[in-house]
Amino acid sequence: MEQTLSNALKTTLDELQTTFGEKVLQIHHPSGDTHVRVHPDALISIAEWLHEKGYIYISDVIGTDRYQSSDRFEVLYNLLSLRAKQRLFLVVWLPEEDPNVASVTSVWPAANWYEREVYDMFGIRFEGHPDLRRMYMPEDYAYYPLRKEFPLLGIPGSIELPGTTPESD
Amino acid sequence: MKQTDISSRTESTFFKKHQERLYKSLEDKHTTVEEVDVDDPLNSKMILNMGPQHPATHGVLRLVLELKGESILKTKLDIGYLHRGVEKIAENKTYQEFMPYTDRMDYLSPYNNNVALCTAVEKIADVDVPERAHYIRMIGCELARISSHLLWLGTMVMDAGAVSFFIWTFKEREKIYDIMDQLTGHRFTVSHARIGGVVNDITPEAMSYIREFVETFPAQLKEYHKLLDRNRIFFDRNENVGVLTTEDALRLGAKGPVLRGSGYAMDIRKLEPYARYDQVEFDIPTRLEGDNLARYYVRMEEMHESIRILQQCLEKLPKGSVRADNAKKAYPSKDEVYYSMEGMIHDFMMTDTGICPPEGAQVYHAVESPKGELGYFIQSDGTGHPWRLKVSAPSLANLQILENILDGEMIADTVVVIGGIDPVMGEADK
Repeated sequence: MEQTLSNALKTTLDELQTTFGEKVLQIHHPSGDTHVRVHPDALISIAEWLHEKGYIYISDVIGTDRYQSSDRFEVLYNLLSLRAKQRLFLVVWLPEEDPNVASVTSVWPAANWYEREVYDMFGIRFEGHPDLRRMYMPEDYAYYPLRKEFPLLGIPGSIELPGTTPESD
Repeated sequence: MKQTDISSRTESTFFKKHQERLYKSLEDKHTTVEEVDVDDPLNSKMILNMGPQHPATHGVLRLVLELKGESILKTKLDIGYLHRGVEKIAENKTYQEFMPYTDRMDYLSPYNNNVALCTAVEKIADVDVPERAHYIRMIGCELARISSHLLWLGTMVMDAGAVSFFIWTFKEREKIYDIMDQLTGHRFTVSHARIGGVVNDITPEAMSYIREFVETFPAQLKEYHKLLDRNRIFFDRNENVGVLTTEDALRLGAKGPVLRGSGYAMDIRKLEPYARYDQVEFDIPTRLEGDNLARYYVRMEEMHESIRILQQCLEKLPKGSVRADNAKKAYPSKDEVYYSMEGMIHDFMMTDTGICPPEGAQVYHAVESPKGELGYFIQSDGTGHPWRLKVSAPSLANLQILENILDGEMIADTVVVIGGIDPVMGEADK
């Protein structure tokens, strides 16, 4: 698939690389999208910089389990610049042991529920999140269902279910 | 007896930790701006659990409201009652096998969901779709949009107090179901799109159904306008209720008609045109007020625009095949399957292994569903199953808006505001 980048995007990416230097780890274009992988330490400063450059709208936060020995988890922030009509994915890779990353809710408040969903499904903690509760599963649940080691059929007995008959007492 | 914190007043029997944290979170909301109210002699503050089983919450939505008299102080939403884990299921299915699950996500407009999945897979696996299939998809999508908006209209007006109106809109929806029956073979969960095209061509009978609908529906819309546009009760219930400013809408990530009702003309059909939306003419209806009435106008005008798109599609509908003629990437036609050995082998391979995008490929593709931007993110590991499939559901984004705009409203307005947001829990809960 041929790559045709708009001028606006090119300038943004060049400026990003000159401003943040080594913190920008990788820029690639799978299927015509733009993925910018950055160092987790610099996430907030890069997020604020992008917000200033017009990426004011966040569509989604996506978590994935890469299932590799180093940098197991991946979090993608789906950003949209409404002025330049341009989508950009900000990517961070996180380690398997105690995965945590700074929350971007201070930059994009809409990330609140999206980050909760990633936390619920992968157990990635977002530091500084105002209300980090599970999104879909109950708080009492001990597992993170979208991790690759979680079985498709679930874990028997892991969730308390109501009785099918009314209680007699 | 004076009790100030919520958890001492509630007694949960089920999922104790979950309920505790939910009530705690409700208590903590806005604590920086709110003064601690120690004097409440009449005990007028109360916690109201609305849902998950409540006729006006459009499914299994649970709202926990802290009330003072009749006005809402704070709101927290609890969702997940319809969580089926479709993303986990997707990782264990081939791309085509996953299609019926998408029907059951936004079950009010299954066609859009099918198209969203298919276009994403076509983008990642580089499949070409014939021109005619694109137009058939657009016809299906716009019909589904009208059908979804009709259900919203009926239930929202019912929430505002007019029960008989629901039957009127369902009369029209029934016609769309009949069209879907003719077009796809199913009335409700259609699964009509296929990777590389659609299942079958439009039959002459389906064509006549669609033409008749396109001709008669505008008159019906006019009737709806006549009933509601000058209706004092409807106005008073909706005007200045659930106001969302443009800045807040963008900040909090509103999608679809909710964002457009708040004054920002964003539509994926214009922003990142898919199918052949760049070859038809239509406008993006937008309102500036940001209240429930604005959302009503936006959706009503969107139905007009859908009819416009449908007319152009019917005019332009090109001739040709409806599925890619590439047996490695799309299902062969039934003629080939029944009368040639290769056709049968390919059909078997498509069902067994399915289409395999290159290893390490990833894609995000969004369509404009009736609720807003519906995106599919797919990561491939080179096999016939997606490594990771993520659905960006517009209803989830709009429910987050709901949690923010309900604060300060009256309790009687909650149902109308939920109606105006138009969430579908099947999609929000995944």
